[in-house]
Amino acid sequence: MIPDIEENLIEVHDVHKSFGNKHVLRGINLNVKHGESMVVIGGSGSGKSVLIKCVIAILKPEQGEIYVAGQEIGSLEEKDLYETRKKFGMLFQAGALFDSMKVWENVGFGLLQHSKISKEEVKEIAIEKLNLLGLYHIEDLMPSELSGGMKKRVGLARAIAMEPEILLYDEPTTGLDPIRADSINELIVEMRKKIKVTSITITHDMVSAYKIGDRIAMLYQGKITEVGTPDEIKSSSNAIVQQFIQGKAEGPITQAEAQI
Amino acid sequence: MFKNFFHLIGSRSLAFIEESGKIMMLLSDTVILIFRRPFNLKGIFKQMEEVGVKSIPVVLITGAFTGAVLALQSYTGFKRFNAEAFVGTVVALSVTRELGPVLAGLMVSGRVGSSMAAELGTMQVTEQIDALYTLAVNPVKYLIVPRLLAAFIMMPVLVIFADLIGITGGYIVSVNILGSNPYVYMERTWSYLEFNDIYSGLLKACVFGIIIATVSCYQGFYTQGGAEGVGKATTKAVVLSCLLILIFNYIITALLF
Ligand SMILES: Nc1ncnc2c1ncn2[C@@H]1O[C@H](COP(=O)(O)OP(=O)(O)OP(=O)(O)O)[C@@H](O)[C@H]1O
Ligand SMILES: [Mg+2]
Repeated sequence: MIPDIEENLIEVHDVHKSFGNKHVLRGINLNVKHGESMVVIGGSGSGKSVLIKCVIAILKPEQGEIYVAGQEIGSLEEKDLYETRKKFGMLFQAGALFDSMKVWENVGFGLLQHSKISKEEVKEIAIEKLNLLGLYHIEDLMPSELSGGMKKRVGLARAIAMEPEILLYDEPTTGLDPIRADSINELIVEMRKKIKVTSITITHDMVSAYKIGDRIAMLYQGKITEVGTPDEIKSSSNAIVQQFIQGKAEGPITQAEAQI
Repeated sequence: MFKNFFHLIGSRSLAFIEESGKIMMLLSDTVILIFRRPFNLKGIFKQMEEVGVKSIPVVLITGAFTGAVLALQSYTGFKRFNAEAFVGTVVALSVTRELGPVLAGLMVSGRVGSSMAAELGTMQVTEQIDALYTLAVNPVKYLIVPRLLAAFIMMPVLVIFADLIGITGGYIVSVNILGSNPYVYMERTWSYLEFNDIYSGLLKACVFGIIIATVSCYQGFYTQGGAEGVGKATTKAVVLSCLLILIFNYIITALLF
């Protein structure tokens, strides 16, 4: 299949990924348009984190292609792969902060590595990003001195510090109080509007999914079962999607699990 | 029963060969990246401090007592055929050619190898290494290159310290405890010591530095499975570097014989 560069920034074609004999992704197809905010929902352990790690080529799928701006990332030379990665910012589910560096050095890490900006200026940019996320006066702390929710927001600050074209958010609002969670949602929406960021957000939080998603995709049993706008998803006739978005304990998902 | 036995041997050997291959590949990747810009001098100096400066006390104590015990033991033996005067020669040769590099290597793999494996292993299981990839930084270049260079540069320095203090230890025991003539002792130490002895010891030190850094970084970099995995990686790093140091020590000695 030839990627549609005009329309889509990211195209995932029939991607398979296994760990040992655990077949996690079983033929994922997903397109993300330029400037679109795509939300991926799905049960715990369904492979959402694995999917975005494949998109940024930390994990290599056994089968299938992933195109970013028309380039198949699996076939790139190492040098070009690193160049392509500069288009991305990623928030890890558990933060993945560098625990040997101060908070501001974490946030400014990309700038310190790839730009000629002086240390003082990088620190200023880092502080500015931290303030944007409601974090004040923590720039000189070490990551081990932060709470879980603070770590997540520092991770988010690090992801956006380089102002990348594409942002991958792995559960940006999990572990935050509802007010903070909503301000993170607003930030994500704002970045899409203001700087036309294309993003893939993984979440379990349906409030957040409806708020930030242009489209929502549901990952189930290693495939994308359904993609649609929030309204389409809400009124979906797919019983699996309905059980998930309503958060019911009884339904086809739990029945299928019991049978395995 | 026999089938299982052969199967076990077969699969273990395959795993061993595969692992050796992967370690060699990591080493060659690292060496290539040493020469690629940008050069991370700050990182290298930090590791040199970690590997070198902070290992000095351990290496000094090891060297001093090794030289001292060597003087005592060789004195006992040499006295039986009236060759006590050559204690200094034996101490100097054994320390510079053999014990200095090997014991320093073993101590450094315990001290530094374990910390490299634990640090990189923790970074792996907490996705910090993945985070480096997403920030378009090559983790081999960023993490392993400075460690390899630091070990390669600092091991010989440590061995020079070990040699000097080892000879001093032997001198103190011989002169102050066993009552040898200090002038004769020093004479015998220096007049038989060749440049080649020191050089072969330092060559060994460089090789041991490479072994410690490569094996330990490999174990850390490919850690799997949480805290338990980090523990296993650390143990494996130390055991494997120690074994390889002893094996390569023999090989180098045999080649330079
Ligand atoms: N590095 C790995 N090695 C082995 N198995 C892995 C690895 N990473 C993920 N898996 C497996 O892949 C499956 C999907 O994991 P993933 O982290 O993508 O789930 P998820 O959808 O993000 O779940 P959650 O919502 O709980 O974060 C899990 O069963 C997990 O055990
Ligand atoms: Mg996940």
